[in-house]
Amino acid sequence: MNRLVAHFHVRYPTFQLSIALDVPASDITVLFGPSGSGKTTLLRCLAGLERSSDGFMQFGNDVWQDETRGLCLPLYQRPIGYVFQEPRLFPHYNVRANLLYGYNRILAAERRIAIKQVVEILGIGHLLERRIHKLSGGEQQRVAIGRALLTSPQLLLLDEPLASLDIQRKQELLPFIRRLHKELRIPVMYVSHAVNEILQLADRVVLLKEGTIVGIGALNEMLTSPQFRRNFGSLRVGGVLDARVANQEPEYGLTRLEFKGQFLFVSLQSASIGEAVRVHIMSSDVSLVVGRTDCPTSILNILEATILEIRETDQSSADVLLDIGAPLVASITRKSLVNLGLKPGQRVFAHIKAVALNEELME
Amino acid sequence: MGALTELDLSALWVSLRLATMTVIVLLIVGTPLAWWLAHTRSRFRPIVEAAVALPIVLPPTVMGFYILVALGPYGPLGRIAHLSLAFTFTGLVIASVFYSMPFVIQPLQNAFEAVGKAPLEAAWSLRASKLDAFLTVISPIALRGYISAIVLGFAHTLGEFGVVLMVGGSIPGQTRVLSTTIFEHVEVMEYGQAHTISAFMLTFSFLVLLAVYTANRRFPIHVS
Repeated sequence: MNRLVAHFHVRYPTFQLSIALDVPASDITVLFGPSGSGKTTLLRCLAGLERSSDGFMQFGNDVWQDETRGLCLPLYQRPIGYVFQEPRLFPHYNVRANLLYGYNRILAAERRIAIKQVVEILGIGHLLERRIHKLSGGEQQRVAIGRALLTSPQLLLLDEPLASLDIQRKQELLPFIRRLHKELRIPVMYVSHAVNEILQLADRVVLLKEGTIVGIGALNEMLTSPQFRRNFGSLRVGGVLDARVANQEPEYGLTRLEFKGQFLFVSLQSASIGEAVRVHIMSSDVSLVVGRTDCPTSILNILEATILEIRETDQSSADVLLDIGAPLVASITRKSLVNLGLKPGQRVFAHIKAVALNEELME
Repeated sequence: MGALTELDLSALWVSLRLATMTVIVLLIVGTPLAWWLAHTRSRFRPIVEAAVALPIVLPPTVMGFYILVALGPYGPLGRIAHLSLAFTFTGLVIASVFYSMPFVIQPLQNAFEAVGKAPLEAAWSLRASKLDAFLTVISPIALRGYISAIVLGFAHTLGEFGVVLMVGGSIPGQTRVLSTTIFEHVEVMEYGQAHTISAFMLTFSFLVLLAVYTANRRFPIHVS
């Protein structure tokens, strides 16, 4: 599989970046960390906009930067689509001319992404003849994403493209980004400091702090890891599962999802059978039952689980890391922990009170 | 007002040629210099800025004197050219380029600073090479700066007097320009003709400035 391998060491007067990165170049990787942790600088290094004396970057089989050989391709020679925090549209062109600016600068044979396709995915067909200053912030950012996509990039770099937008616009754009990644199969590096965006978008998380990488891993592993869990704030997410639609039960208003041989019910979705759906489970919505489960219960979602690790979070509560085919965290009281005599390795049943879907996450 | 003589008309022609040539040279030399000044972090920047701004404060005779010496047969520029450029049209263009430099560089520098590097990086990310990005993105966004630079450079060259007199003399058809013609007319008490040319220059300069300010107001370039 193609990988993105890079290392950079850059010194600035007040800041230092020291990074060694090696990730699969196929999924959505989110660069996550507090402001000032070096996310944007890292993205600019990947684009060749920041130079470091010993910088190296390889994408698949192509080496774009190797300072030991004095090689550093300028951004305009790299097949990168870059969306900045601000839209940076060209004010002297209308929307159509902005979209075509990069499209016209690549060879016809390299055009894998059609104008029609981008206009449709981003919903900007009615804006094509508009002047830039007549667009709203969300519309401008969509045009900026479209403009980058039309260079048929092999790698898409997104620097908090939603940061300047209100919640409603964010909700509008997030599904677009997931969709274009899915439909156009472009690997994405996405800078963010918003946990909500990560939960909805990320396949993989690179955790940054003070200019260095402190953790790298698949989203759910990072979210449930006792070591990294607290970096994702107080959201108390117990796990993010990528499940598939198994069947619909419209008479009850439910959709049944399949995840590694186990089943989950969510409110009725308009998704078709077999379609991938990402669900979020809050750790406080997971309770644990030891022993048999044939006693009647109103809970629909009951998963077999093995306890991996137990960590007391304060005097009254504890996080129990479970394996349900993927990691999942249950937050329970310390009293229950003692009463049930829970131990690592033990088989339990996880009763899940609520399962939220992607779109329901942002209030 | 007195009617213009053939000599006056040839002075007008020399003035227009001089101003046009000067502005063309300054746009070619000034664009990279202004870009460098707008974006460099070099510690030499204030030195270059001060040097560029010198003609604004220096008496024209001081500049004229040094340029005259440099252009003469024993000066550095004269030696390169293997002949004296003093009292020639070419010499006059060289002198005007120095004299009008701040009036072209400063509007361009301000415009490039206002544009910033953001649109340039965006253009690069859309596969535009450096020159392509400059021509299709930076210069259109900096258009107002260019209009100011052209107009101010042109008008200021038309209006120069001291340097022209020192470097060019006032040779009819070659180095006699409008401003020196006025001086010549006044010296021989031809106030009518002096008045005609002066009124023309006054009106022209005012209209040019008016056009610049109106254009700036009416066609603002929207930068988001």
